[in-house]
Amino acid sequence: MSIVIQNISKSYQSLQAVDAISFEVKEGELFGLIGPDGAGKTTIFRMLTTLLIPSFGEAKVLGFDVVKEYKSIRNSVGYMPGKFSLYQDLTVEENLNFFATIFGTTIEENYELIKDIYIQIEPFKNRKAGALSGGMKQKLALCCALIHAPKVLFLDEPTTGVDPVSRKEFWQMLKRLQQKGITILVSTPYMDEASLCDRIALIQKGKILKIDAPATIISEFDKTIYAVSSSQKHQLIIDLKGYPSMHSVYAFGEFIHYIDKKSDFHSQDLNHYLISKNHQDIEILPIEPTIEDIFMDL
Amino acid sequence: MNQEKIITVQNLTKIFGTFTAVKGISFEVDKGEIFGFLGANGAGKTTAMKMLIGISKPSSGKAVVAGYDVVENTESVKKSIGYMSQKFSLYDDLTIKENITFFGGIYGLSRKNIKLKMNDLLTELSLQDVANKLVGSLPLGWKQKLSFSIALLHEPQIVFLDEPTGGVDPITRRQFWEMIYAEANKGTTIFVTTHYMDEAEYCDRVSIMVEGVIEALDSPKKLKEQFNVASMNDVFLKLARNVE
Repeated sequence: MSIVIQNISKSYQSLQAVDAISFEVKEGELFGLIGPDGAGKTTIFRMLTTLLIPSFGEAKVLGFDVVKEYKSIRNSVGYMPGKFSLYQDLTVEENLNFFATIFGTTIEENYELIKDIYIQIEPFKNRKAGALSGGMKQKLALCCALIHAPKVLFLDEPTTGVDPVSRKEFWQMLKRLQQKGITILVSTPYMDEASLCDRIALIQKGKILKIDAPATIISEFDKTIYAVSSSQKHQLIIDLKGYPSMHSVYAFGEFIHYIDKKSDFHSQDLNHYLISKNHQDIEILPIEPTIEDIFMDL
Repeated sequence: MNQEKIITVQNLTKIFGTFTAVKGISFEVDKGEIFGFLGANGAGKTTAMKMLIGISKPSSGKAVVAGYDVVENTESVKKSIGYMSQKFSLYDDLTIKENITFFGGIYGLSRKNIKLKMNDLLTELSLQDVANKLVGSLPLGWKQKLSFSIALLHEPQIVFLDEPTGGVDPITRRQFWEMIYAEANKGTTIFVTTHYMDEAEYCDRVSIMVEGVIEALDSPKKLKEQFNVASMNDVFLKLARNVE
């Protein structure tokens, strides 16, 4: 096991940020912490990277205790915080050199590991980090977190605020790093990224709601979800919410996802109801749930 | 739909030194429309939006917002619009009530009117019990809903939302969009940026910016037909790939 967390808690004054969480991350695994802002993801990262002492519980990274053996952990893990924390007034190359030196290595020594990513920002190596675009900052931060060839990589919301194209590229980079044997713990508020992880923990308000492989979580979901559409989207949400046996109604892009309370639900009944509410072009189709559907239902 | 134009942009351009961030874009937004303004990071969205809300002067071209020219009548533009962004919305170290009073004052509302609006707003968002708490203690989702309501205090004709739902939990994100729909139904025009492609589907029309240029502009349905793909995410990937 690369990471073992047992019953770990952290409270700030009256706020219980992390509430008795336990989970394990296997060697070489790409593990996702999936949850919204305020779920406790960053607090977990800060405890595992030894920047914050847990209020209760124990955690080990690469066999080292996060409190007693923090120095050993710091030498062997890479951490990319959610907030951009490189030196804005140093150039791209200076930042990378600085982080290499701190860890007693050189860019040349581990160049192979960062090559794929670094060549994308190399044309700007003399530009100050503060003047980079969001996507380039993110790539530089990843290079700096990798420059000492860590065994475990902690990435706290690396794709928040990043556009869909750059997000896709970033996950491709993560997959390549995983193939090089690096264990990765990554957090994200984007539920569509969950399916790209080997296993995920769904987390909210400091508690883990579910841990498993994304496909298993989806196949174990026991409710039927219907994708509903009509020509009047906003009115459709309001009318579906007014349907007597409604369990939940959530907009999902082009469609509204609807779950009914009754096990003997017939979509024809709902169709008649929507016709009576003057909806046109009605479509009601059962669909496979997404991680986001399941998250909202927990 | 009412075809009255609330925003008219002609050849709008912004140059920083040797870099042209916005390259002569032209488009119109109908009154009461939910208009999605999409693009990759660095495509020029924020620069374009800053010109429309009167805080950045165009290098060339013209934009008329709510009937006012953004260069000649900047202050009138600012009075006719609401604005909220993910980065800056409210003062964390003021209470909910204090934030409402402060922004009401900034927008020039009378004390009486502020009091009236305050009651409506607190009731609508079910915030009565926490009205005297610091905004900083609110969860992000609540903060964003409050921020949206405050951007509407002075009943602007159009409201600009810059990534209003980034990092917000999935349920609150949807409640936020229901607020947007309700406001659009009252006739307020919504101009919104987002990185969530499912949210692009909630817009009446969507524009996609690539390297300072508007590459596509249509309803989500027509864009999907045009690019022959199943989702707005795929439309976006087709247009914005290999840019940076």
